Amino acid sequence: MSEAAERTRLMRGESGDWEIVIGVEVHAQVLSHAKLFSGASTLFGAEPNTQVSFVDAAMPGTLPVINRFCVEQAIRTGLGLKAQINRVSVFDRKNYFYPDLPAGYQISQYKHPLVGEGEVLLDLPGGRMVRVGIERLHLEQDAGKSLHDQHPDHSWVDLNRSGVALMEIVSKPDMRSSEEAAAFVKKLRSIVRYLGTCDGNMEEGSLRADVNVSVRRPGGLLGTRCEIKNVNSMRFIAQAIEYEARRQIGVIEAGGTIHQETRLFDARAGETRSMRSKEEAHDYRYFPDPDLLPLVIEQSWIDAIAASLPELPDDKKARLIAEHGISAYDAGVLVTERELADYYEELARGVDSKSAVNWLNNEILGRLNRAGQSIGECPVSARTNNDILKLIAEGTISGKIAKDLLDVVWSEGGDPRTIVAERGLTQVTDTTAIEQAIERVIAANPEKTEEVKRKPRLAGWFVGQVMKESGGKANPQVVNALLKQRLGLPADG
Amino acid sequence: MTLPASALEFTLADARDALRAKAISATELTAAFTKAIADARPLNAFITETPERAVEMAAQSDRRIATGDARALEGIPLAIKDLFCTKDVRTTAGSRILENFVPPYESTVTQNLWNAGAVLLGKTNMDEFAMGSSNENCWFEPVTSPWRPRNSNRTVVPGGSSGGSAAAVAANLCIGATGTDTGGSIRQPAALSGIVGMKPTYGRVSRWGIVAFASSLDQAGPMARTVRDAAILLRAMAGFDPKDSTSVERDVPDYEQGLEVGVAGVRIGVPREYRLEGMSAEIDTLWSNGVAWMRDQGAEIVDISLPHAKFALPAYYIVAPAEASSNLARYDGVRYGRRAENVSDITELYERSRAEGFGAEVRRRVLIGTYVLSAGYYDAYYVRAQKIRTLIARDFAQAFERCDAVLTPATPGPAFAIGEKTADPIAMYLNDVFTVTANLAGLPAISVPVGLSTEGLPLGLQVIAKAFDEAGVLRVGRAIERAAAFDAKPSAWWRLS
Repeated sequence: MSEAAERTRLMRGESGDWEIVIGVEVHAQVLSHAKLFSGASTLFGAEPNTQVSFVDAAMPGTLPVINRFCVEQAIRTGLGLKAQINRVSVFDRKNYFYPDLPAGYQISQYKHPLVGEGEVLLDLPGGRMVRVGIERLHLEQDAGKSLHDQHPDHSWVDLNRSGVALMEIVSKPDMRSSEEAAAFVKKLRSIVRYLGTCDGNMEEGSLRADVNVSVRRPGGLLGTRCEIKNVNSMRFIAQAIEYEARRQIGVIEAGGTIHQETRLFDARAGETRSMRSKEEAHDYRYFPDPDLLPLVIEQSWIDAIAASLPELPDDKKARLIAEHGISAYDAGVLVTERELADYYEELARGVDSKSAVNWLNNEILGRLNRAGQSIGECPVSARTNNDILKLIAEGTISGKIAKDLLDVVWSEGGDPRTIVAERGLTQVTDTTAIEQAIERVIAANPEKTEEVKRKPRLAGWFVGQVMKESGGKANPQVVNALLKQRLGLPADG
Repeated sequence: MTLPASALEFTLADARDALRAKAISATELTAAFTKAIADARPLNAFITETPERAVEMAAQSDRRIATGDARALEGIPLAIKDLFCTKDVRTTAGSRILENFVPPYESTVTQNLWNAGAVLLGKTNMDEFAMGSSNENCWFEPVTSPWRPRNSNRTVVPGGSSGGSAAAVAANLCIGATGTDTGGSIRQPAALSGIVGMKPTYGRVSRWGIVAFASSLDQAGPMARTVRDAAILLRAMAGFDPKDSTSVERDVPDYEQGLEVGVAGVRIGVPREYRLEGMSAEIDTLWSNGVAWMRDQGAEIVDISLPHAKFALPAYYIVAPAEASSNLARYDGVRYGRRAENVSDITELYERSRAEGFGAEVRRRVLIGTYVLSAGYYDAYYVRAQKIRTLIARDFAQAFERCDAVLTPATPGPAFAIGEKTADPIAMYLNDVFTVTANLAGLPAISVPVGLSTEGLPLGLQVIAKAFDEAGVLRVGRAIERAAAFDAKPSAWWRLS
């Protein structure tokens, strides 16, 4: 890495440069219809306490039974993170009292997680690549939800979420800036969405991040870290890290020391606040859950899951660069969402890749962004857009007409070729019609005609006038060529 | 049909045959037992009596018998330990914290029994959350044994924790009963009450719907008048249950088959470490008699060693409380069970609900369990106890290379007086010294009554075999039963009418 790039990752304090060291823990809700240890539904947004089995409510004598599909999803995710799948893993009980934790313990994996070390590659602006190690991934239950604002002196508990399967994915402390941390969560989100193992919805809480931050002198010994809980958007992740690193540098430079603690990010104030110190930390009294046998996974099952993995963002990006000849930057943007990459590939079929990328970025995404919609909500299919691009390539319509045509199918639907035919949008390449239009423009503008002979740059104005005269249907290249010929200008490109 | 006066003393096998032969009706038999239960309230063997349900179930059994659709336990009146959740019937686990808990679901074991045609007479008293060896740790007051020392009015304990079930079987208040055994809670009260009690292999019987005490040790089993009855009941209770991840997918044999085969050629192991220092002469004699009976019936007696058996009780009193401390965390006053009134915050709700809801022994074990799992103590206690458990299992594995079954006393002594040991928990815990090893190693074991103490109180011998060799345990148990010919009965002093 260049010195300049290195410097941008450092934070300047009063006493010199500081390096920020960041590790991230992500809780990703497993995409599954049923909970981790009970058959209850995981539907989001249902009436409170309607998605609760006797097991989820920890009724006496009820027992957990592992949901095979959730295990498969976790293995799939592990494979997507190029991680070691542990053939034997163990479920432990994490004991603590809280009203939204019915059993008084959470079933989690402590010493022997299902998934071991893996890695995630980050593409950063400027073509910089960062490799972030994955420490582990394990399965655990989610808790219910306590509602403290429904009654003046009572708290309410909704157990719909109780027992829903989560994957806790822990990174190594390999990130050095808020940008990298946000890119990590974004990439992780992209991977789980490609795999179909988590919907990645941060607003609904399907993907939640805790961030560990410490600071040190560049290359020095690791500082004491603070854990920031529940930072629930990419923007907040960046904000929380910036704030926390500044705070820690301030404390140290003022002669203080950082104490290991858990902090909460207050999005409204844009700051982190102490939640509990290390001394106040719970003693969770982990021990293996005697209701569950160790989870033993057959290699053949892992192999079958591996064989069914979709093409993941990194591979897709490499292929798009190689096969489509598009830039690494464009490919990187396209592969962040599987739907977007799929859309692009359909759009680009049989047409020039660069035109397809531009059309997607400028026309389709532009319209979607203005409407606040995602690619999945696009009213015009990739196939229809592909037809439009083909009409341009064939010379049937101009780029300008194409945009109008897109507006039509965007709001009214329909087949582009039919619309072009029905509404007479076909581009005019008939030189006679164009020559007549040129004559009309010249006749109407004698002074300009004299002027353009001295100032050839004015030719563009004439092209515009002729296009207007033809109702936009004239082929601009033909107009340009004929105009120059008629006005006696040099035939440049 | 008229019910013979002896019907209350029927073995399960007798009752089954009489019902099938239509010599008696399930309705009559059930009515006789519900009356006997009502007459025996001084024993306090039941927490909840269910006479109406019993009548309904018996009537249904009579219809099935009439149409020739009788199932394995058709019309057999049973008592169920109050640790088994029974749908729409109060299930307390002997605790104030579940005093008014009515489960909307049925335990797998009881469902299996009803599916086999059995009739529910009621829910039996027990030590709170199955923690105890005397049935004195009870929110619903202690159970009194039907047995009394010879020529004495002194009351004694029935043993525990399945003491209500043991007393009910011994006092002829039911044909048979269910119990649960975590460290000896079926076998010890069976021995002290002069009945047969069996703990199957861990995983043989589903734990689903049984209020958990120590999940890795808990196992339900039958309590009955004879080994044959235990065999019949066990077959109906056992089987793989997809709702219990620790239950084992394995066929359940017909345990009645081969029960009378005998022990000729069977190698009976006698563990030298079970000869405890200060063990009473009568227990020693009893054990020697048992060995002699086996030898007389053609068994080969093998001297074996279980060197880690002496660590079993301390290991048990780490593992069981550790699991209990976690299993009992759900009784927090939030969703069901007792909730303290007039609390100011959630911490007070927890503290007071649990302090009011749990008795002293439960609180003691929750504290011990919390302590041994704490950071800094986990390795020293819990991890070491688990290692001991492994060593004990290995001891048995090695012993079973040389023998087919192990014969030991069931308890270190006969029933003791109510209140005699309550002040000294360690003395109380020692009651399980011979039984806990089978729980720690997950092995099947049976307690068979063989004689009376000098005071005239019952004593039992225990047989332990390899995992899933319940058939072997029952066969040896039957041979002991036959040789001992134990036929003593308590006098029905409690009967009001």
